[in-house]
Amino acid sequence: MSYLSLQDVSLSLGDTAILDRVSMSLDKGEFVSVLGPSGAGKSTILRVLTGSLAAQSGTITCAGQPLARRNDRFAFMPQRDALLPWRRVIDNLTLGLEVQGMTRKAARARVMPHLAEFGLDGFERHYPAELSGGMRQRAALLRTVVQERAVQLLDEPFGALDALTRLQMQRWFEQRWQDARWTTLLITHDVREAVALSDRIYVLSRRPARVIADIPVPLPRPRLARAPCAKAHALEAQILDILLHQTGE
Amino acid sequence: MRHPLPRRSGKGLARGIPTLLSVASAFVLWEAYVRLSGISALVLPPPSRVLDQIVQNRALLWDNTLPTLHATFAGFALSLSVAFTLSVVLDFLPRLRKALFPIFVISQTLPLVAIAPLVVLWFGFELTPKVLLVALVTFFPMLVALVDGYASTDPDIEALMRSMGATRGQVFRAARFPSAMPYFFAGLRISITYAVVAAIFAEYVGARAGLGIVILNAKNSFRPDLMLAAVVISSLLTLALFGAAALLQRIVLRWRNPEGRA
Ligand SMILES: Nc1ncnc2c1ncn2[C@@H]1O[C@H](COP(=O)(O)OP(=O)(O)O)[C@@H](O)[C@H]1O
Ligand SMILES: [Mg+2]
Repeated sequence: MSYLSLQDVSLSLGDTAILDRVSMSLDKGEFVSVLGPSGAGKSTILRVLTGSLAAQSGTITCAGQPLARRNDRFAFMPQRDALLPWRRVIDNLTLGLEVQGMTRKAARARVMPHLAEFGLDGFERHYPAELSGGMRQRAALLRTVVQERAVQLLDEPFGALDALTRLQMQRWFEQRWQDARWTTLLITHDVREAVALSDRIYVLSRRPARVIADIPVPLPRPRLARAPCAKAHALEAQILDILLHQTGE
Repeated sequence: MRHPLPRRSGKGLARGIPTLLSVASAFVLWEAYVRLSGISALVLPPPSRVLDQIVQNRALLWDNTLPTLHATFAGFALSLSVAFTLSVVLDFLPRLRKALFPIFVISQTLPLVAIAPLVVLWFGFELTPKVLLVALVTFFPMLVALVDGYASTDPDIEALMRSMGATRGQVFRAARFPSAMPYFFAGLRISITYAVVAAIFAEYVGARAGLGIVILNAKNSFRPDLMLAAVVISSLLTLALFGAAALLQRIVLRWRNPEGRA
């Protein structure tokens, strides 16, 4: 019995078909990545899940229930960081908690211990305009995970980071995920990242997006603490092949 | 990642210098023209004489500036509170917005010259008609600024907040209202320049005191020097209000230029 499931979800915007009978299912605590060419419709899937776009057909369920209008299971990290420019970093980090009714003081107490590992300590009183792209993305990621929701919906969360910071954040996320076992749907166009982090990978076609492959990644964890093994390389090659074949059509 | 930005205040002063120079040279030219052409001071008084009138009539000017300021502030406070309240209502009721907006546009097409005497006729020579006229003139730019400002909210931010379970009210307070602030200040600066003019015009049409009355009396007694003295005071008033608005904007919108952090 899957925890989060999309069945035959289709969506067009105007005359443009974006999603074509997309079906996905995630077990509770499963880490699933969605890989696909840019412009395929990956972000659109998260927009449908978070309710800002309505699918024209298909069903979505979470814990056996259709999605409620005000969903309290999802934490969402949009592709653009969507930091509120008029709020200081600390107040951006506590936004989700405050919206959900936590007092500012309690929310800050929850966020503060994580500032250092996110490289944000000393910047909590700054405004987003003063942060680098990488720092903004780390702030957006912290704002998301600190809500401790059962499902994490992450749209290219490591995309704007430099290689070193990316590896650090991926490691951090894998560790936290191993403790917390969030059901995670990670959007990415980075094949290596998908293989390094996921239990399973959905590969999307070009627009209109269809699921063209569902690939399990049966590798031991933690994966990012050591160098990638030969099996990981083989999987990466296999997925790249699927993607390249798709683009060549 | 703090960038070493130059100090703003120094730059602001430096930017003011060309303005000061051109204003000063205009006065010098004016003074020179009056002296060389021998034109009567009853037609065109030189700036030195206007300045002299300001000094000589300072008590009169001060006593009449206060009622004008009073009307300006009261009218502004009225239009600001009505514009804000209405903007919130309209933001939550888009259908009402579509129905009412044309009416507000029409309110802006009414010529002040024709409306002012009527308002004075209906409400008398006291404070009320001035307050109403200032409010009428300043209301619309602020309402439009707020309504447009709400609409400018980044849809990604709204989608994010809704994904967090935010109510419509929470989205308004945390996202839509702050998004409107830059627009609001643009509207405020436009409104402020209209406000003093509207107050003076309302006085001119009918009042017991105020800069408008000084101008009217000076005109009736053929005293262009005193008229110009009152005009100078009213421009200074507008400039001061404009400066206050700009200062307030700097403070409220600090997040846009955050280099001077607390
Ligand atoms: N309002 C719209 N009307 C038509 N097409 C749109 C609209 N918004 C987005 N699209 C298209 O939808 C496709 C999917 O977008 P998106 O989900 O953001 O892709 P990605 O996989 O890169 O995240 C893109 O090709 C984009 O051009
Ligand atoms: Mg995307």
